[in-house]
Amino acid sequence: MLILECPYCGVKAEETELSAGGEAHLKRFGPGSADDDFENYMFARKNPKGVHFERWRHSYGCGKWFLAARCTATLEVFGTYPAQTGEPPADLQAKIKAKRPDWKGY
Amino acid sequence: MSTRLSKGGRLIDRTKPQTFTFNGKSMAGYAGDTLASALLANDQMLVGRSFKYHRPRGIVASGAEEPNALVNLGTGARFEPNQRTTTTELFSGLTATSQNHWPSLEFDVGVVNNYAARFLPAGFYYKTFIHPRFAWKHIFEPVIRQSAGLGQVPKEADADRYEYAYGFADILVVGGGIAGLQSALAAAKSGARVILLEQTAHWGGRAPVDGDVIDGKPADEWVKATVQALSAMENVTVMARTMAVGVYDHGYVLAEEKVADHTPGDGRPKKRLWRLRVGKIITATGAIERPLAFAGNDIPGVMLAAAVRDYVVNHGVSIGDRTVIVTNNDDAYRTAIALKEAGLEVPVILDARANVTGDLPAKARALGIRVETGKAVVKVKGGKRVTGVAIGAQAGEGAVLEEIACDAVAMSGGWSPVVHLFSHCGGKLNWDAVQAHFRPDANRAPTNQDGEAMVYAAGAANGALTGDQVLLDAVAAADAALGKASGVAAASVAVPAEGAMLPVWIMPQGAGPALKMKMWLDYQNDVKVSDVQLAAREGYTSVEHTKRYTTLGMATDQGKLSNINGLAVLANALHEDIPQVGTTTFRPPYTPVTLGALAGESRGEIFQPLRRSPIHEWHEKHGAYMEPVGLWRRPYCFTRGAESHEQSVHREILNTRSNVGLLDASTLGKIIVKGPDAGKFLDMLYTNVMSNLGVGKCRYGLMCNEQGFLSDDGVVVRLAEDTWLCHTTTGGADRIHGWMEDWLQCEWWDWQVYTANVTEQYAQIAVAGPKARQLLEKLGGMDVSKAALPFMAFSEGSLGNIPARVHRISFSGELSYEIAVPASHGLALWERLIEAGQEFGVMPYGTEAMHIMRAEKGFIMIGDETDGTVIPQDLNLGWAISKKKADYLGKRGQERNYLASPDRWKLAGFETLDGSVIEDGAYIPAPGHNANGQGNTQGRVTSTYHSPTLGKGIAMGLIHGGLGRMGEVVEFTKIDGGRVKARVVDPVFYDKEGARNDV
Amino acid sequence: MSDPVSPLGNARFDGFVSVREVGPLGMITLRAKSDVKELAAAIKAAVGTKVPAQRRIVINGDRAAGWMSPDEYLLVLPYDQVAAAMAAIATAMGGAHHLAADVSDARAIFRIEGAKAAQALQKLMPVDFATLEPGELRRSRAAQVAAAIWEQDNGFTLVCFRSVAAYVFGLLSHSAQAGSELA
Repeated sequence: MLILECPYCGVKAEETELSAGGEAHLKRFGPGSADDDFENYMFARKNPKGVHFERWRHSYGCGKWFLAARCTATLEVFGTYPAQTGEPPADLQAKIKAKRPDWKGY
Repeated sequence: MSTRLSKGGRLIDRTKPQTFTFNGKSMAGYAGDTLASALLANDQMLVGRSFKYHRPRGIVASGAEEPNALVNLGTGARFEPNQRTTTTELFSGLTATSQNHWPSLEFDVGVVNNYAARFLPAGFYYKTFIHPRFAWKHIFEPVIRQSAGLGQVPKEADADRYEYAYGFADILVVGGGIAGLQSALAAAKSGARVILLEQTAHWGGRAPVDGDVIDGKPADEWVKATVQALSAMENVTVMARTMAVGVYDHGYVLAEEKVADHTPGDGRPKKRLWRLRVGKIITATGAIERPLAFAGNDIPGVMLAAAVRDYVVNHGVSIGDRTVIVTNNDDAYRTAIALKEAGLEVPVILDARANVTGDLPAKARALGIRVETGKAVVKVKGGKRVTGVAIGAQAGEGAVLEEIACDAVAMSGGWSPVVHLFSHCGGKLNWDAVQAHFRPDANRAPTNQDGEAMVYAAGAANGALTGDQVLLDAVAAADAALGKASGVAAASVAVPAEGAMLPVWIMPQGAGPALKMKMWLDYQNDVKVSDVQLAAREGYTSVEHTKRYTTLGMATDQGKLSNINGLAVLANALHEDIPQVGTTTFRPPYTPVTLGALAGESRGEIFQPLRRSPIHEWHEKHGAYMEPVGLWRRPYCFTRGAESHEQSVHREILNTRSNVGLLDASTLGKIIVKGPDAGKFLDMLYTNVMSNLGVGKCRYGLMCNEQGFLSDDGVVVRLAEDTWLCHTTTGGADRIHGWMEDWLQCEWWDWQVYTANVTEQYAQIAVAGPKARQLLEKLGGMDVSKAALPFMAFSEGSLGNIPARVHRISFSGELSYEIAVPASHGLALWERLIEAGQEFGVMPYGTEAMHIMRAEKGFIMIGDETDGTVIPQDLNLGWAISKKKADYLGKRGQERNYLASPDRWKLAGFETLDGSVIEDGAYIPAPGHNANGQGNTQGRVTSTYHSPTLGKGIAMGLIHGGLGRMGEVVEFTKIDGGRVKARVVDPVFYDKEGARNDV
Repeated sequence: MSDPVSPLGNARFDGFVSVREVGPLGMITLRAKSDVKELAAAIKAAVGTKVPAQRRIVINGDRAAGWMSPDEYLLVLPYDQVAAAMAAIATAMGGAHHLAADVSDARAIFRIEGAKAAQALQKLMPVDFATLEPGELRRSRAAQVAAAIWEQDNGFTLVCFRSVAAYVFGLLSHSAQAGSELA
């Protein structure tokens, strides 16, 4: 059972205090978008063995959504960060790269 | 025979006798006994029957690894099956019965399987019960199920209570033997927060039994002093009777504390499930002695050598007067010495090793015990108990050299570290060829959230089998877990010099089939050497497959006793090395956990968080029949006298349509949305436009998910220029609030909008019916006239001196007001409405009346007309979808060609020609069959009721062509296979022009 | 006007610690970002405290202000003073973007009192009470429902939703039973 630190309130929350929200950094495609783009937005999800970025809500805490970078194979957590960003912070990306040299990058 | 010795027993208190019963027979023991030691003290060697062959079985071990001695404990509401006698503390009044036999333990009909054993090899079930196919379901499975299984299922609700507790530490030490104590001491002295767990009621593990001398003192003294020192430290929590059952991700450990197992009925929780979250875990879980595989090794009286020693030293119980020791290592000599020192006979020690040189054998020889080297047990003689052994050369094929009479056999095949906790979360093991066991590989330990090692094995659990090595290893494990040197020196232990053990997997090594069919590997599951070899011959090369095919190490054993021996036999049969064959996966729990402990406090009234409206108690007192709506309980109807529920519902509807009815609508979701961008936000959230709703007005709105499917609906109220109140369905409040926050936090975080879920702040009461206005006017305080409060408007004020917001909205089609008041005034308003409404014939109505009345009006219901695949357009709700808006959630999804297709099923009303009610879930068949040979369909019913207002069955449903087929007669399916004819009609069955509401 | 009633009529259970349902108590949810300059005056006007820091509650007699999230505060005050406080907040916040909602009736409040009060909560909440800091307001769950707690006056105050008041009282009573103290 995972522990993730909520970047908003600083609580090291256990999984039962959180709700999972799937893959992070999806780009929304709205009216007028191409079928392929919409299909990808709606249905295509990464399922890597390794580094993964995902959405979590501190639902039994401050109620905020945050993002986490985690290794799906070892469950190592590289970091958590606020959701108000289009891509993972640069320092987190560097940290992951250092720990997982084979990582292709975000 | 087994008996209580006149002296000895370090754990028992002879001044505290305890009486108990086994199979109805009264027996006596002492405080400090386990049930197993007490049974043995009463010469109860036979304790059960094996699973498959129903062979007589006795106690083999003295701890959690016991495979045979599982009993039913207690009676009635405290009945528990499959309890291990070896880990059950004795108390006065304990009742135990043996299991897996019929009609009695002594005479078991099922033993016929034993004589047919040659016809019941591994995989027997898989091979035999294949043809004819129908027979499995109707004959084989019922018969097998009848004869299989261990204990019975309890028949009464558990009289005990259970609870959870959450615990936290830097370092968790599992195991209260000398390794665990030493590790805990080292970790604690460095300042870490430490939790130390011990599965039994006492501390010290094997060391006191084995007579270790620590820091110049008897082990017991060192143990006592160390436990005292640890207990006195503020940063240490010490818990006995607590079994760590599983290690999970990120330092999560489950442990079961036996709080009142041994004091049933004293009011304390029987068990407590600890949910521990720790930084690092040290597993000082010791090692388990392995049996030796020789013919007849399952006959009662054949026992692990260390267990024989435990019973003598800990409980003052001898297993027999004459005990033959059979071993491949020096440790078993401790048993011989202990027996001899207790005044018992050891006719011979059979040592499979050719050269025996250690200090312990020397001491045994000095005590005059006959030691035979290079020798093996060829066969144990006896039926329900041991009468002797036939001995031969270990190197031979089983020629008997001598027969020796004895009544017990103590065997030792070496020791296997308890690696379960290390392995649960992915820790890998190495094969130690010298000690012939798997032990943890510190370089491949399970890792935590930081990618660091999380579990460290200490002492015997790490393969350190002598006292001195155990304590050094314990400090090393603590240092590793701390990530620094603790600076604590390990206590010193004087140990005898031990000779190397010799791996022995079957005895004698050249034994033929007749002997191998009587060599048990897994006692509980009746798996023998011959079964594993058969599996290998039949092509099972994977250890995981062999386990499942033969059932080796399954069920409660979980590889404790049988694992290594089974692997070794398989490896030999495959002509491979043991590490190549590998080991099966260790999974939690280490020992079974009581279901009650897993449920914790979640029983009875607090099984789940039932949500109650502020008027809930009134409903319960006034005949409400409750139905679950999510976690809420809402009145389905209010029954009067001898009414059926259906009669109540119909009365409530007719009364509401003719007089006035009250509905507790408090459970409806209420979310405030406020801010400069709130209008823009709601226009994205709803399919229609909310930004242009006038202040003081209400508007019905639809919400879709991004796929375009209808997700929720409700009335939106504009409270102020920058503030809206969104009503959601009862089940939708939390979900929709979360949905709003998701978009605001993760997509449009620069929009200035705040939300607040105020669902529970308000009690909401619908007052519906032609006399609704009269009733509110009687309460007074607000102008509720048509002019002052027209349909789809609201006003705020005071109703009968209670602050209220009154909405004129209607889900019944009647003149209707929905009144929101602070929850703490909800009951007061309800009671006033009931009281004041008497002259108008007021009656409360429930959810079913609400459902039928809305169906009579053709209003859709989320969850009835929708199922996650329905778009608003399917429900003829196109009018609620803005064509002007460039975007709203779900708009792009609805543009997909198959959602825009004219072939989609659309909403229509249905009336049966005979006035009957269409069955729930009925389909409208279409001609032909699909690719799977199933009949085609062209529609289905979504809501179907008897309308008391109209006196006939009415329904809504989705049908290909929708309202374009108005007037057509179609057929719906019936459960009995028949069909019922229905006409496609307008789904608004009642008051089509809306006159009743327009007053 | 009818008297407001707390969800359980101030029910009480006595075990190794006591559990009391208290209230009705005034509560206001105030949503605004901490960098909104009007916020401090609004909280001061409503409950007389400073703006609480992250995960803290500032107690001022029978009033308090707690940090619920980066843009949400919980204001606690006597029930009959909510309307005045709401008006004061509106005045102080002026045109600054915020949301203030009276949630006094949406909540149930319990006091868990006694030397071992934390133990009753330790059975229900995945919270490390040993590391709970003075003045910390912790939001988590109590068994299956959301709850917020803080330590105050020889015990803890627990706030949950009104609809589950009976459930939470049942949980606390179960956990507080005499004889079930943790070692």
